[in-house]
Amino acid sequence: MTADLAYYSLVAVYSAMAIYTISFVTFALDLAKRSGDAQQAASAVAVPAAPVGSSGGTLRKGAGGGSTIVLDRADTVTGGGDVPGASGGRRASKFERVATSLLVLGLLVHVASVVMRGVAAGRVPWANMFEFSLTGTAIIVGVYLVVKLFVDISYLGAYVTGLNLILLAIGTVNYYVAVSPLQPALQSAWLVIHVLVAILGTGFFAIAAGLSVAQLIQTKREQAKLANLRFMDTLPAADRLEDLAYRVALVGFVLWTFTLIAGAVWAERAWGRYWGWDTKEVWTFIIWVLYAGYIHARATRGWRGARSSWLSIIGFAAVMFNFSIVNVFFKGLHAYSGL
Amino acid sequence: MARSSDRAPGATGTPDAVDSTEVTDGSDAVGDPLRPSDHYDSVAPAEPAAGDTAASSGGDRDGGVTNPRLGLVGYLRFFWRQLTSMKTALFLLMLLAVAAIPGSLVPQRTSDPNGVVQYRADHPDLFPVLDKLGVFDTYSSPWFSAVYLLLFISLIGCIIPRTKHHFEALRARPPRTPARLSRLAGYRSVTLEAGEGGASGVDLDPAAAVTAARAQLKRASYRTEVFGDSVSAERGYLRETGNLVFHSALVGVLLTVGVGGGFGYTGQRVIVEGQTFTNALVSYDSFNPGRWFSDSQLSPYNITLDKFRTTYEETNTDALGQPTDYTADVTTRTQGGDPRSTQIKVNSPLAIGGSTVYLLGNGYAVDVTVTAPDGSEPFTDTIPFLPQDANLTSQGVIKVPDGLSEQVGMIGFFYPSAVETGDGSGILASSYPDLLNPVLSLNVYDGDLALDDGVPQSVYSLKTDDMTEIAGAGAENGQKALQLTPGETADLPNGLGTITFNDVKRFASLDVHHDPSQVWVLLFAVLTFGGLLTALFVPRRRVWVKATATGTGLRLEYAGLARGEDPTLDRAVGEVARTHLTTLGVPADAAKAASRPGSTSNDTGPSASRGGRRITP
Repeated sequence: MTADLAYYSLVAVYSAMAIYTISFVTFALDLAKRSGDAQQAASAVAVPAAPVGSSGGTLRKGAGGGSTIVLDRADTVTGGGDVPGASGGRRASKFERVATSLLVLGLLVHVASVVMRGVAAGRVPWANMFEFSLTGTAIIVGVYLVVKLFVDISYLGAYVTGLNLILLAIGTVNYYVAVSPLQPALQSAWLVIHVLVAILGTGFFAIAAGLSVAQLIQTKREQAKLANLRFMDTLPAADRLEDLAYRVALVGFVLWTFTLIAGAVWAERAWGRYWGWDTKEVWTFIIWVLYAGYIHARATRGWRGARSSWLSIIGFAAVMFNFSIVNVFFKGLHAYSGL
Repeated sequence: MARSSDRAPGATGTPDAVDSTEVTDGSDAVGDPLRPSDHYDSVAPAEPAAGDTAASSGGDRDGGVTNPRLGLVGYLRFFWRQLTSMKTALFLLMLLAVAAIPGSLVPQRTSDPNGVVQYRADHPDLFPVLDKLGVFDTYSSPWFSAVYLLLFISLIGCIIPRTKHHFEALRARPPRTPARLSRLAGYRSVTLEAGEGGASGVDLDPAAAVTAARAQLKRASYRTEVFGDSVSAERGYLRETGNLVFHSALVGVLLTVGVGGGFGYTGQRVIVEGQTFTNALVSYDSFNPGRWFSDSQLSPYNITLDKFRTTYEETNTDALGQPTDYTADVTTRTQGGDPRSTQIKVNSPLAIGGSTVYLLGNGYAVDVTVTAPDGSEPFTDTIPFLPQDANLTSQGVIKVPDGLSEQVGMIGFFYPSAVETGDGSGILASSYPDLLNPVLSLNVYDGDLALDDGVPQSVYSLKTDDMTEIAGAGAENGQKALQLTPGETADLPNGLGTITFNDVKRFASLDVHHDPSQVWVLLFAVLTFGGLLTALFVPRRRVWVKATATGTGLRLEYAGLARGEDPTLDRAVGEVARTHLTTLGVPADAAKAASRPGSTSNDTGPSASRGGRRITP
């Protein structure tokens, strides 16, 4: 039973990876299409942009038929500049819609895999590196889709699917271990809380890093230092990307702070001290400080913009380092890779 | 703190820098949180006039810095401002992150003392250099301490004036309504006009509209102030409160960790089944007292390890032998109390006598008796053997200094489930951590145990310099290592006597920990988290509602201003407008339509929407 479920879980992972791959290619095609759109928009730039939206004055009869309301409507101003160029209400291309559908489908299969792995093991599916990669990648996609509900960040689709594929492939090929029971140190409710919140934080940091990269490229383009990558014209302006990256990273930072505190509480129960500068503790601390630095940098005159966003990217690089290199090559108490 | 208000609008001596008669962006020095001068949201340094530039070399806004007559106080002031600036805080944060890295690259004495010993053996040349730099004690090294102490001084230098300022701001009134609301975020205006049927249902009196707006904003926890035909409102003071709580709590964490740790202690004790541990200094195998520890802190109690139970995975072929449970059944006695039977497990320590007892390790202990030829028993003891691998191959040392014709030492290997390695050499290995086929293998030495040299020796190691191997792979007489199963007796070589392997028991390694500051650290950590949440997600904003009579009707204007990150400001102003219009008697659907966002922007800057186009039907 256990072995069967673990096997089906693995089959589901590979299926999800296949679907993600197609999704990735389609997202890439969407970026190519965006380049074409941008080219067209550039050649049609002579046509002045019509006022966007249907905002006009409205006259309404009051219920009593008495008074009239005149609405002085302000001009529609794209203050932060959602989109430079003429694509204010840019409709999602067919590629993008197909890619997103595939991504959702891939996620469903992926989640099925996670659930089967959990049922097979009879516990939460994040107790070793393989399971952490498996659940973590699903959560990155989940965070992307949730953020997308609020803000259109579909231009990150290729980044998310690409990153996801790489992490999932490394996790499955290099870190795979058979289902095994929990060692005594991991038998705690904190395994559910501490690790899940850490994975969630990682998901938000991943999206924030993607937005920061986009922001840096956009900044270069705005300074006219970079002429190619035409599809960047269809992305929001650099400061809007920076705003988004910052907000997403903030959520990640809050989750990371919680991870740190919850981890200390658990360490006190399991190891008899709440903080002991174990290698994993050190790196979790370093990441926390890096993002704290990022938040401060963004509030420092002269650092807002490209300079601060580098810190977000360095922070995410440290998260990846903490998960991969520290887990496998550094000696410490967090020796749960199962490798 | 002085820096940020140096060039507050209206306070500058240059009238051309800021139009002091009109606070164009609605900011004021009292209501805003006090921030370091290079904070993004603090007032930008005014461009010095052409004449000033020459005088203050390079446009440095604080001309005093380059002033040659700057005295000692001036310099101190200057350094203090530098230390408490955002850039310095940022730099120190980055430095802290970098300074923490070495501690993860090399083993630390506090968390991995054996690793340090090993490192010394592996890198004899590099070790002294690194040791001099203190990287083996990274987190208590002078350079690491310097970074975080400077950071915290900088932090405190920021917190204190800001707290003072915040208390003042809490008592301050909202600022005067800006003259041109249309320049502000979320601006929208609605004109209500008396229709042909005469105004019925909608109140067109400006004063009444202002009163209604004020009441509404008050209900929504805004602090309000009426200025003529408008109401000025501000909310979200909690944001700065959260910010200050967060940073103060960080200082609290540092202080409680730094000072509180000195009142505690940790001790380790290995205890074999059947043995009793008494909480007294002499009973500990190792003990680390805090700076202010005194013996009287050890409350009298004892713990007897009745049984140590382990469970290993038996069915899952992928994880055979993996431990799934460790349980120490213990009986505890406190002074004057009855014995109590309880358990200690890995994730559920035992709280007793003000301290906490953790189960951190376990292994096998062998019970052996050495008998001399004359029948006397110079040695009988249960000796913990240290686990060497996952299948609990364990190593230990037996020292018999007296009672035999020679001093005898034995290096023992214990295999809980002994199997031959299969290469025909007869070398054993353990294939499973539980006791399926327990075998004790002993290499025997005789000679001088060197116990009288005055140099302390570990009970887990044997100094063989002055000893001869008389049984084992290196023995010249060809005598193989002694192999015993429980209950067996073997002859020691050279007619020294016999050794009996009576029994095998389990031992538990207990950590006793007392840290009175722990609960304070937790409290501050929770405050940190709560402060962080409020500081990041409570929006600080100002909202204005202005009502002016237009002759035939009533013109209502709504606008907001973000103080810090506030992505939902525009929506909030719309909500204020909708509720207000409904209160005035405007039908709900009309009010909703009229309060729709005036701009698609989330931007909170004052230039987000410009007032203007009046569309009449």
